Amino acid sequence: MPYALLFSIFVVAACGLAYELVAAALSSYLVGDSVTQFSTVIGVYLFAMGLGSWLSKHLQRDLVASFIRIELAVGLLGGFSAALLFYAFAWLSGPFLLLLYLLVGIIGVLVGLEIPLVMRLLEPRLAFKELVSQVLSVDYIGALAVSLLFPLWLAPKLGMVRTALLFGLLNVAVALWTLWLFRAELPARRSLWAQGGVVLVLVLAGFVGAERLSGFAENALYEDRIVLAESTPYQRIVLTRWKNDVRLFLNGNLQFSSRDEYRYHEALVHPGLSSLPWAKRVLVLGGGDGLAVREILKYPQVESITLVELDPAMPNLFKTHPALRALNGDAFSSPKVHVINTDAFRWLESQQDAYDFIVVDFPDPTNYAVGKLYTNTFYRFVERALSARGRMVVQSTSPMYARHSFWTVVQTVESVGLTTQPYHALVPSFGEWGYILASREPYTPGGKLPPGLRFVTPATLPTLFNFPPDMARVPAEVNRLNNQLLVRTFEQEWKQVLR
Amino acid sequence: MEAGAALKRRDFLAASALGLLGCSRKSPPPLPPGELLGPNHTLGHKFRDGGGFPAASEVRRTPALIVGGGMAGLACGWWLQRQGYQGFQLLELEAEAGGNARAGHNAVSAYPWGAHYLPLPGPEASEIRLMLAEFGVLKGDPQALNPEYEERHLCFAPQERLHINGIWQDGLLPQFGVPAAERAQQQRFIQLMAEYKAQRLAGSLPPFATPSARGGMADPALDGISLHDWLRQQGLDAPSLHWWVNYACRDDYGTDYRQTSAWAGLHYYAGRHGVAGNADSDDVLTWPEGNAWLTRKLAASLGDRLQSQALVWRLDVTPQGILADVYLAAEQRSVRYQADKLVWAAPLGFLPHAWPSLPAQWRAAIAQLSYAPWLVANLTLDSLPDGHDQAPLSWDNVLYGSAGLGYVVANHQSLGLHDQASVFTYYRPLSEYTPAAGRQWLLKRSQPEWAQTILTELAQAHPDIARLTSRLDVWRWGHAMARPTPGLISQHLPALRQPAPRLMLAHADLSGFSLAEEAHYWGTRAARWLMEQDWKHA
Repeated sequence: MPYALLFSIFVVAACGLAYELVAAALSSYLVGDSVTQFSTVIGVYLFAMGLGSWLSKHLQRDLVASFIRIELAVGLLGGFSAALLFYAFAWLSGPFLLLLYLLVGIIGVLVGLEIPLVMRLLEPRLAFKELVSQVLSVDYIGALAVSLLFPLWLAPKLGMVRTALLFGLLNVAVALWTLWLFRAELPARRSLWAQGGVVLVLVLAGFVGAERLSGFAENALYEDRIVLAESTPYQRIVLTRWKNDVRLFLNGNLQFSSRDEYRYHEALVHPGLSSLPWAKRVLVLGGGDGLAVREILKYPQVESITLVELDPAMPNLFKTHPALRALNGDAFSSPKVHVINTDAFRWLESQQDAYDFIVVDFPDPTNYAVGKLYTNTFYRFVERALSARGRMVVQSTSPMYARHSFWTVVQTVESVGLTTQPYHALVPSFGEWGYILASREPYTPGGKLPPGLRFVTPATLPTLFNFPPDMARVPAEVNRLNNQLLVRTFEQEWKQVLR
Repeated sequence: MEAGAALKRRDFLAASALGLLGCSRKSPPPLPPGELLGPNHTLGHKFRDGGGFPAASEVRRTPALIVGGGMAGLACGWWLQRQGYQGFQLLELEAEAGGNARAGHNAVSAYPWGAHYLPLPGPEASEIRLMLAEFGVLKGDPQALNPEYEERHLCFAPQERLHINGIWQDGLLPQFGVPAAERAQQQRFIQLMAEYKAQRLAGSLPPFATPSARGGMADPALDGISLHDWLRQQGLDAPSLHWWVNYACRDDYGTDYRQTSAWAGLHYYAGRHGVAGNADSDDVLTWPEGNAWLTRKLAASLGDRLQSQALVWRLDVTPQGILADVYLAAEQRSVRYQADKLVWAAPLGFLPHAWPSLPAQWRAAIAQLSYAPWLVANLTLDSLPDGHDQAPLSWDNVLYGSAGLGYVVANHQSLGLHDQASVFTYYRPLSEYTPAAGRQWLLKRSQPEWAQTILTELAQAHPDIARLTSRLDVWRWGHAMARPTPGLISQHLPALRQPAPRLMLAHADLSGFSLAEEAHYWGTRAARWLMEQDWKHA
């Protein structure tokens, strides 16, 4: 019996530390400032444990039954703690911290009650010297086990929600085991079995359903209502809507907001295409939402638009979904538009045609795979696909937030022998955004813009090319396949912005 | 009867208990299928054992005969061809030339079975630079101070990562969780190597160069001790540094650093002087099929002067010329080649078996050579392992402290963005055994045994590797490369580098370590010797 109880102390100690770590890690993940979050969570938790220990003297009768109920309560509350905190953060942004400390406090009090109770259960069975040494050493060993397991395995493999639920299950198991051990001494064991069963089913259901729980959590993490979520072999596509604002997220990164996407896409297409009144063949690399195509179709002289997009789900979605078709003006139903679903780099390597205007609209270089599409080798292929007087435009992150990255792209495009004309536009949901025009001849603005534009006008167009000192050119190196400097630079720069 | 029955019942109970145990565990995924491959053992061993080849049924004449179609022999033929010298034949034992630069391919990717990259060549490797320019790898002037390379052939970023203390870190030098004192020692070693690299002897000769023959003579004192002992002498004892240095010796020489000459070990760090206008000096050139990309181009340039499946089983050097009896495996008959001169570009270990009147001094020197056994496995993966790592999947992925050298991603140079399937090339020298014991161990184990060992090792970093691997083929190199043991390079090899009348040796064995640059150097040197001889005779 003593060993069984000592083992349960080990488990209980492990669980106690696990909830503390989950709460601290989750709050620093959601709120940021991990030093403050960790120290306040641990402080509140330890204080609450002290409170629990002090309160334990008021428990006089039915020690075993009290211990079992406490275990069940800890299992339920601790088990669902991470899920609760997730929802609290997503839906109630104000009192999140209050709820955090309240939850940490309650769990702390309950955990603080555990050890004194077990010690009292063991009191008649062990000498005081033995009791203290064994209980406390097992307690600390349990803590060590979790503190090692948590960063190495639990957090990365199971995630916060399931880690907490797993330890909840352990607490419930201790409760049920204790109940079985003391089954002879407990008068009211039937109701305890029932309570244990209910809690076990709840926590077990939570653990099994954690996938769906995190689906709800995802829903809550996006500000607006998710109207569509789809996982393709290439990415996770999420579409949200709040009143009239439709937003597209790829792998959690905002691609556009329908409130101001016209600014982004007008700025992407018109400075370049308006300068090429003779342009007939246009190539769009990326841009599976068809929004750039919508702008290109405003030029009646354009005869064909080839769009190369890796993920067939994107054009299919923007071809069929009514709200999205409205957004891109049903661009994909134009007979001028041809969609090719393949890898742009490989496609460019093998294709032989020449294009008058090429739009390079890829996601930002957040990893080495996408980073390949920002290298000199890639731009060399694009250059080869340009007709003699043709021109290309590259979306190239923010010259304001990622200044070095932006000018690295400029340097790289120039390294393949093209003359560049960088410019920028303010897109409120993105911030100051950068683009690069490139061609064999220098660029001269002043072509005829199509009617009805809301952002690019003859008056605003020349202002886009002015770079104030805070975005002015900085020396940069060429981004190559064998160094991929841009991926690192980009990561460092955005890390400073998104604190 | 009674006792027998009891015994049986006990056996039965034990078996069912084991069976229950087996069932209760989550059963591991079945081992992936695959083949055991390797160079032509049958022919090679038949030859070594003095083997009963049929007498020659035909006589063929050629001015020059090159024996062996690895990097050295191919470079020799390529150089001759380049200089407009047509009178030669190249004989290769295997069905495909290339030597250690063999390769295979499947639906996912081409992949190497051996040598798989080339460091940027320094100014000393001028013939390699010419070759790379000819193949479109080097652009512009091949002898430029900082040549430009075609970037599709330069190893893409990220290049290397190391799995250590439970995480993947950038680069191979152990850093994560390594104490500051050890890291200071690492820096001291790197500093020492930089000094060796910058050092110049009389006539601005670097002490260490690649090819090694274009640097200084091997210092007998350095060559006489092992790299391990040299590190100790320098007061360098950090375990992480020792692992790193031993890794380099196992990786390049197939030899433990306790058996590697310190001179050869330092050559690895101080002997490469490659630079480029568009790459760092430690960048490498690589291809999905490895160096077979180069050897196949070299072989193609030779056309029908290259005869494969041809084994020289008897050699005679007479004042009138060379006589070589050659078994043509495809035709199952022998022919006799009469040549004015011969370049032996096959492993030197074959020579005593083919040439009964081999000069005694050469015989003695060749007896000092030992060859390292190697295993290379190619794992075909349906999809990439879970990718939430500190350092992302790189070209070269090494596991700290493991028996193997880690794996190289064969399709790393793909321009594609979302390649799901992949081929991982796993390298494993059997350097912890003596060469003979390693060879025995290598040859006696079955494909499932190797698959089990390799997957268990890689599972430390990729728990799901067994599930992802759909095929695992194993190539066994019994005699992969010469081992640069202490004393070999300074004491025994110099004698082999001098030509005999009508015959010159050309193989990386002459350097004591198997690098493409070494083989290429000895091959082109022999080509020059052939042409020089020819000119003299004319």
